[in-house]
Amino acid sequence: MTAASQATAATATATATATLRGPDAGTARTALLFVVGLTIAALAPFALYPVFVMKVLCFALFACAFNLLIGFAGLLSFGHAAFFGGAAYVTAHAVKVWGLPPELGLLLGTAAAALLGVLFGAIAIRRQGIYFAMITLALSQMVFFMALQLKFTGGEDGIQGVPRGVLFGVFDLTQPLTMYYAVLAVFVFGFALIWRAVHSPFGQVLKAIRENEPRAISLGYRTERYKLLAFVLSASLAGLAGGTKALVFQLASLTDVQWQMSGEVVLMTLLGGMGTLVGPVVGAGLVVTLESYLAATSLPVPVVIGAIFVVCVLLFRRGIVGEILARLPGRKA
Amino acid sequence: MRSLLLAGTALLTLTSGAAFAQMSNDVIRIGVLNDRSGIYADLAGEGSAIAARMAAEEFGGKVAGAPIEIVVADHQNKADIAASKAREWVDTGNVDVIADVPNSAAALAVQGITRDKKRIFLMSGPGATALTGAQCSPYGFHWAYDNYAMAAGTGRALYEQGKKNWYFVTADYAFGQSLEEETTKMVNKLGGKIVGSVRHPLGSADFSSFLLQAQGSKADVIGFANAGADATNAVKQAAEFGITQSGQSLAGLLLFITDIHALGLPAAQGLMFTEGFYWNLDDQTRDWSKKFEAKAGKKPTMVQAGVYSAVRHYLKAVDAAKTDDPDKVAAKMRELPVEDMFAKKGKIAANGRMFHDMYLVRVKAPGQSKGPWDYYDVVKTIPAETAFLDPALSGCPLVK
Repeated sequence: MTAASQATAATATATATATLRGPDAGTARTALLFVVGLTIAALAPFALYPVFVMKVLCFALFACAFNLLIGFAGLLSFGHAAFFGGAAYVTAHAVKVWGLPPELGLLLGTAAAALLGVLFGAIAIRRQGIYFAMITLALSQMVFFMALQLKFTGGEDGIQGVPRGVLFGVFDLTQPLTMYYAVLAVFVFGFALIWRAVHSPFGQVLKAIRENEPRAISLGYRTERYKLLAFVLSASLAGLAGGTKALVFQLASLTDVQWQMSGEVVLMTLLGGMGTLVGPVVGAGLVVTLESYLAATSLPVPVVIGAIFVVCVLLFRRGIVGEILARLPGRKA
Repeated sequence: MRSLLLAGTALLTLTSGAAFAQMSNDVIRIGVLNDRSGIYADLAGEGSAIAARMAAEEFGGKVAGAPIEIVVADHQNKADIAASKAREWVDTGNVDVIADVPNSAAALAVQGITRDKKRIFLMSGPGATALTGAQCSPYGFHWAYDNYAMAAGTGRALYEQGKKNWYFVTADYAFGQSLEEETTKMVNKLGGKIVGSVRHPLGSADFSSFLLQAQGSKADVIGFANAGADATNAVKQAAEFGITQSGQSLAGLLLFITDIHALGLPAAQGLMFTEGFYWNLDDQTRDWSKKFEAKAGKKPTMVQAGVYSAVRHYLKAVDAAKTDDPDKVAAKMRELPVEDMFAKKGKIAANGRMFHDMYLVRVKAPGQSKGPWDYYDVVKTIPAETAFLDPALSGCPLVK
């Protein structure tokens, strides 16, 4: 760590501690966590295997996008794999077959996810609760079967050997560290966008809808528009994460569009802490770490993750970060 | 920050430099990468690791002076986990060889990585013919079986048994369709006939209407162009309809002994399909399988036996070449004949396909079976030359 970043971290800590008990405690804490997190993320590839950290970042962005919907708008989508995997396929195809540069590939993938988001959202937001979840699940299963049968997706083989290419014609993504910082930049962009959305009037309206939709309507808000916008935003960012993942692993496969992936993102978000900004990042980190480190042990991975989930639901329902935040001083638990 | 960056880069160069030296790190490290907790855990899983260890033990745990180490990982049937594990093994774990890798998406991902990074890849678990076709690699060796051998091999062998008319029950996705296509091509080429086919969605629970159509077609053979739970469900329900008793044959186009074990003989009896290995073929296979069973608690599948054979052949090549340089070892592997309990006079073609005899088997009736795992009558040995796709037709750029 250089002196500069240490100083930044120190200042941030000081500011944060000073304001920890003040009215802006939540924001300051977030800022502190953000700086610390960024520093850790920037140094991570030197301590950990870069591909692993990139995977964590992709899933963290995916989980954050999902959290925007469930944590702040109160909509439980069970079809986010369609956006994640759909964008992965589009990006992979655009880069591999059409020979587009990675930034255009990502853009196309994200646009495809946004389009899917508009379609899904327009149908799904008309219903609430379990019906909303079921509609998103059904629609995402349609995407799964399309991915299974369409020619361009390669069926169960997936799209393989996707070239990483040169970002903006300057950054050679075949270099692991360049790729890493590109992924980090994508993640920070996505995270900042979510942070901004949550702390904007738009985010306030979303929270109002989450707490009491009829009341929001009576105040004159067209809640369906807010919900649709949140849905599309969430879908696009999930797509951005999926497209990035396709570039990192140089493949897009059925795993990404399967309903299990929709479940996994719910798991990450709940484990980390639904409705907190950092929670999904922690949850994604935890799940991906378990998946990759338990892989080399004789423990069955799904059973371990399932057991952790059960413990989490029984003992700390707010999730890891949610529980920590609730127990911090300056906040009523 | 800069010094850290420099140190990191230096470290990276150091490790990658060392990896290309003769006998990298004075150890031969073999990574068995497969599904250890999901649907392929029984047919590959820990059994494949046991098989690899048995091969290493035969060499006394050492080859050309270097100790042999086996590491394992669970790819959980996800191509991204397979890819990141394979990369990690190669980049930081000094793994020389990756073995097994069932699930074709995972195997294709690993094939790409091992091709780029010049590591030997011994495929026993996956079936995709692309691995020795358009996606072939000078370092990739496809060992136990492939979808072509299972489909076309069964088509030919059954034709030679006088069963010429086929009806397909096909899983409606690329994999099922390619099984149907390969079989159709073979049957048509030989002069047989396809009287019809029906497509079912992936993950069907109810096959009754498909089976009734198949039964009504009066075809000699009903071919199941599907795998896993779809195949076992279809076989089970066919047994309930009494299809084999009424004179039609059932042919599986991708089944493993573990599927038969799960189905049980009453449901599976009479079913015909192609296998790459059966524990009860001769003294050698019985001997080896007995040792395997002592460790694994069950008889080996063709995938597990294939891992043993492939790892053993790799070690033999290292021993002969006196180096673990991937280019030299790959050349030696192609040069030496594969001779063990799994493959007799096996040969590796230019596209990486290991040619060995396959077997058309018929599942025994419960009364004929003499004990646990005594499941098959070997109807016919399919000679290596006709069992697999001609490398010249594979589309592999390595074949000139």
